[in-house]
Amino acid sequence: MSTVIVDKAAPRRTVKYGSMSRDRTWALRWSYFFLTLFAIFSLVPPLYMLITSLKTSAEISAATNPWWVFHPTLENYIGLLTSNQFLTFFRNSAFVSIFVVTITMLISVPAAFALARMRFWGSATLATGVFLTYLIPDTLLFLPLFKMFAVFSDFTGIQLINRWYVLLIVYPTLTVPFCTWIMIGYFASIPKELDEAAIIDGASWFQTLTRIFIPVAMPGIIAATIFAFTVSWAQFLYPLVFTTSTDQLVLPVGIITSLIKGDVFNWGQIMTGALLGAAPPLIIYAFLMDYYIAGLTAGATKG
Amino acid sequence: MADVALQPNKAGATQTPRKRSSLHKALKRKSTAAFLMTLPLILLIAILVIYPAFYSLHLATLNKSMQRFVGLGNFEFLFKRETFWLVVKQSCIFAITAVVFKALIGFIVAHFVHNLPAKGQRKWRGMLLVPWVIPPAMSTLAWLWLFDPSYSAFNYTLSFFGVGPISWTGEPGWARFSVILVNIWVGAPFFMIMYLASLKSVPDQLYEAAAIDGANWWQRIWYVTLPMMRNIIAITTLFSLIVTFANFDIVRILTAGGPLDHTHIFATWAFRIGIEGSDIPLGASVSLFMVPILAIAAVFILRDVNKRGNEA
Repeated sequence: MSTVIVDKAAPRRTVKYGSMSRDRTWALRWSYFFLTLFAIFSLVPPLYMLITSLKTSAEISAATNPWWVFHPTLENYIGLLTSNQFLTFFRNSAFVSIFVVTITMLISVPAAFALARMRFWGSATLATGVFLTYLIPDTLLFLPLFKMFAVFSDFTGIQLINRWYVLLIVYPTLTVPFCTWIMIGYFASIPKELDEAAIIDGASWFQTLTRIFIPVAMPGIIAATIFAFTVSWAQFLYPLVFTTSTDQLVLPVGIITSLIKGDVFNWGQIMTGALLGAAPPLIIYAFLMDYYIAGLTAGATKG
Repeated sequence: MADVALQPNKAGATQTPRKRSSLHKALKRKSTAAFLMTLPLILLIAILVIYPAFYSLHLATLNKSMQRFVGLGNFEFLFKRETFWLVVKQSCIFAITAVVFKALIGFIVAHFVHNLPAKGQRKWRGMLLVPWVIPPAMSTLAWLWLFDPSYSAFNYTLSFFGVGPISWTGEPGWARFSVILVNIWVGAPFFMIMYLASLKSVPDQLYEAAAIDGANWWQRIWYVTLPMMRNIIAITTLFSLIVTFANFDIVRILTAGGPLDHTHIFATWAFRIGIEGSDIPLGASVSLFMVPILAIAAVFILRDVNKRGNEA
């Protein structure tokens, strides 16, 4: 399914190179030229991260060509990967993301199934509601949530602020509406006969979901999973607001608060940290790009 | 959740195996199962999204220590402050400029990628999507370093062209430019991929017919491509407007609102006041100013989504 969206129409345009008309050739040359420019624009910051991460502090502050590494070294990587702080951030990030993905899927797969397949009272309204919630940004909710957690701890004595697991409560507000919405779209494209046959054969709704539907809908579910992971790995505002002590921080906030001390920027380590923080989404995307793109487009193109 | 959803079905099946065929019962069973399946979703949205959204309305009417009701006092206070109007202006400049450029670049790049032979497309698409995949907090750090006034790569490169060192994040004008540039860099791939998907869904016959009628390149775009892509362009743009308007990471990391509040947008200023200045009610009132824009965009998006739903 995912690959179909991406690659379907592409081969139709292939023309034999020999018989290609002159303006087609020129159009192609111009395309390559501009695409190269845009690709440079896209890749400069990540490449610069890599370049800087391989330099010593002395070379970074020397007035030499910043675009080249004269004495490559791995000391920044060794420094970060042996520091307890950085490993803590990384571990917190990984824990939070994995738990959030699990919670998100447990909530949104059944909900999306119900909303896409079982017409019940208010189901259309609820689907629209899910979409609307997805439009409410984190920047609107962080203050009331902060206050709510403070009130909650006054009443119950359970401290949520400044614990990494508070993120497990707030991240799903971003991931669940989104994943539910794109999965409703994906689920709707699966032939109804499939699960109707299972129901007629006497399977319960839950059995239909787990035995028949989930295996068939796997591409859509994978797309949603990748999304939930990317969103929770990249989230910056909530951890900045809800966590402060060093052992509770996740990667983005951790790098910024621990490696920048006042006006002193340890750029070599900051860039190394940023690169290592960007690595998991990049690796996932390198292997599962088609799912990622399918998820990106499914949400908006299938109402 | 799993067990909960399973129970009613099992119970229903075992209790009365004889006369199970009643349609009414079956419907009832289905709606119960559906309700249980959506219950966690409803609870999550109600408790952690809807309630806080309204709670922030309530918060906005309290005084700083959150003990006294001050009505619209916070808003009155904001309207009298120059910084507030600066933030309003900047949020609009930021969101509109960034979205327009993102849409333009996305549209152009999508066309170029679409032009390529099918074999090479994947590779290019992959490279061009990288900015969208890297967490913005991480890539903005790289930009911050590229913009560094003394050792920055940009100023070093520019010096070869005789352009003096630019204080990228230190001067109001350049700081706004930098913030918008980074936002465009992060967001353009999203437009690119959405437009590319919709370009692929335009039937080739339309172009052939246009070519037979003697339409030139520009006419083909204006009369065939744009009308076919109108829905996607509208939805993507409105969608991006919401995200850009509510942006936080980029401005916060790149300039933290400085120099002299000249790059603050609603979200970063609300954070500065609400969390750093610990005046939650005032911060909540600031962030509430995003609501009208979000609401308008949401109404238009919904209209489009529903319209297409009916056509299909």
